[in-house]
Amino acid sequence: MTEETKDVDSHSGVETTGHSWDGIKELNNPLPRWWLIIWYITIGWAVVYMVLMPAVPALPGLGTNTTGLRNHSDRDLVGEAVQELKTARVAQSAALLDASLETIETDRNLQQFALAMGESLFGDNCATCHGAGGRGAIGYPILADDVWLWDGTLDGIEYTLRHGIRHEADVDTRYSLMPAFGRDKLLSPAQIDDLTEYVLNLSGAEADMDAVARAAPIYSQQCVACHMADGTGDRSQGAPNLTDAEWLYGNSPEAIYSTIYNARNSHMPAWQDRLDDASIKALAVYVHTLGGGE
Amino acid sequence: MGQTTLNIHPAAGKGAPPAPPPNDLYAKRQQIYPKLAHGKFRLVKWAVMAATLTIYYAIPWVRWERGEGIPNQAVLADFESEKFYFFFIEIWPQDIHYLAGLLILSALGLFLVTSLLGRVWCGYTCPQTVWTDLYIWVERAFEGDRAARMRLDKSPMNFNKLWRKLGKHTVWLVIAFWTGGAFILYWHDAPTIARGWFAGEAPLSAYWFAGILTLTTYFLAGWMREQVCTYMCPWPRIQAALTDEHALNVTYRYDRGEPRGPKRKSETWDARGDCIDCDQCVQVCPMGIDIRNGSQLECIHCALCIDACDEMMTKIDRPTGLIAYDTDIAVAARAAQTTPPNYRLIRSRTVLYAVLMIAINTLMIWGLATRATIEANVLKDRSPPFVQLSNGDIQNGYTLKLVNKLSEARTMLIEIEGPEGLNYSVIGIAHDSEGALELPVEPHGVDRYRILVSAPAGEVQRQITITVTDKYSGEADVNRASFRGPSQ
Repeated sequence: MTEETKDVDSHSGVETTGHSWDGIKELNNPLPRWWLIIWYITIGWAVVYMVLMPAVPALPGLGTNTTGLRNHSDRDLVGEAVQELKTARVAQSAALLDASLETIETDRNLQQFALAMGESLFGDNCATCHGAGGRGAIGYPILADDVWLWDGTLDGIEYTLRHGIRHEADVDTRYSLMPAFGRDKLLSPAQIDDLTEYVLNLSGAEADMDAVARAAPIYSQQCVACHMADGTGDRSQGAPNLTDAEWLYGNSPEAIYSTIYNARNSHMPAWQDRLDDASIKALAVYVHTLGGGE
Repeated sequence: MGQTTLNIHPAAGKGAPPAPPPNDLYAKRQQIYPKLAHGKFRLVKWAVMAATLTIYYAIPWVRWERGEGIPNQAVLADFESEKFYFFFIEIWPQDIHYLAGLLILSALGLFLVTSLLGRVWCGYTCPQTVWTDLYIWVERAFEGDRAARMRLDKSPMNFNKLWRKLGKHTVWLVIAFWTGGAFILYWHDAPTIARGWFAGEAPLSAYWFAGILTLTTYFLAGWMREQVCTYMCPWPRIQAALTDEHALNVTYRYDRGEPRGPKRKSETWDARGDCIDCDQCVQVCPMGIDIRNGSQLECIHCALCIDACDEMMTKIDRPTGLIAYDTDIAVAARAAQTTPPNYRLIRSRTVLYAVLMIAINTLMIWGLATRATIEANVLKDRSPPFVQLSNGDIQNGYTLKLVNKLSEARTMLIEIEGPEGLNYSVIGIAHDSEGALELPVEPHGVDRYRILVSAPAGEVQRQITITVTDKYSGEADVNRASFRGPSQ
């Protein structure tokens, strides 16, 4: 220890810290009393808080974090809040269950409630594939237009929601299979090339007319059963209309070739396993109002 | 204190504050014991206190019938339905700029009054002044006037001191609670929240704010008092820029008072000032300052020193008004033996404030009188921006929000114009026999409708015009929205 000498500032009479920067010294004033008092209060508060609330994390050997005397849990509080919300909605949810889908869509009060509920449910459950507002994506149908593979009526949409598409766990699911003509060696690549031109021609796109002529017998043999002779498809089998401007998997020759070669049989889960009846009805009305409900 | 003195006249040496001792930069607060003043300004202050407190406590209980289902409280900030009611005025969230206008008006009013009459706001109507005055009145009732209070504070604790102090703080807390409690009445239906509060059924925020305002009232009016004005309030700083030598301020007329000093019986009034250094002006001052030091940051211009001085002048048979509302320029002129100029009401700054106030008032009244009772807002779907229909047409989706500010249900007709071949429909609404779309709108509320608009594919990147018209009154709101399609 070196001997300490007190350096007192002559002007203010306050002891300095002894540090000097270009002759400027720092006064060693005590901390303001109000500041100190608040500081002590915060220390006291910290102790109280640690005793009452979860404060110490799960350290090795401790198992879980401390729960505090109040046994506070944000997770439980959220659960309670969700339950409360459900209770608050019981009356309106019951009204949804009682009303037909048409009534829900035209009754102002039921419609507002169903659309608000449907919008949030759609965002949580459907938008992952179908996009916000049902904007769709390659392989995931656009729900905001008037093109429907299976059924665009309120009841049809509700059925699809309940049972899904090609959802094998549900016996009532909407089901159809297009054969993988190339992969399963039902047609040769050359024949598929010709069929691609035929399909392009059906929708009015430019196509090689020689190939179209070659493909005509193949189409009437292999495709007509589902897509119909004029190519307008069959909704009862979920067979798309090949003559319209809508292409679920793209309208390039490559995309169409790939569809015929591999077949595209996409899936949608049956939502009745996961959502309650009121939610499904609200979703059906919401999807029906997106832009193309029938 | 006193370092901030703005306008010390040369003769003010005696009352000048002592320089702080060099070893201690921290000045401990000196407890102030304001003495009770008697006189016309004290009376005015009692009257203003009674009036402002009555307004504050009574207004939430005033009823104002507006129609069924609408709150009938005259002044109510209704957060639940997002509306603000003020007698016949109803402010919706869309009208929030009126609130900004009101604040601008208040600021300008404060500026105008300050440039004319100095800090009358601080001295008479500021809540801090009013409640502090009320608290000092309670203090005086329990502990006596200045001298008695000083004695009591110096005396050791005994039964007499204990009950007086306890009584004072109890009454203070009751007033504080009443103040905090009255505050929440402005945010809820007063009778309901008052009953619910004591039954333990009020929302948590009501207890929270009642508690906070109880504490702030108790501490700010009971304990902090003049420190709020001196250290916490920005207004004393701002007012320095607003007042000038032409403003009427509470002023010690040094031209008449100096040289001051105690007067012996044998002495005549010749060759000396009227100020006899009786210290009455200092003793009644709630801010603990000496007005004879000139205009000061701490001075709230409550005019109690005028009352005290006038009382004393009457006693010693001198004319009153040694301390009075006067302008700096008049005092300086008399001190220089010249004729003081007349008080000038019309100066560039007062005219400017007045003109601005009239302009904003006119604008707001005009706006309120002509504001629409129906408001249509069109929100275009952002996802998807458009879809192509099976027939090749382009379709866009919109949400229409109809705000009905009247307390009756209305029927609106909607018409949409835009690209040729345009079609539109409203979900859940069928065309009537004449082909019009009628949208029912709830009284006093907001209705949402979903609209689908389609047009042939060639017509893209265009605007549509959505016109909503009241079927009966003909009041209309026209909105434009974009209509998108694939870029070509």
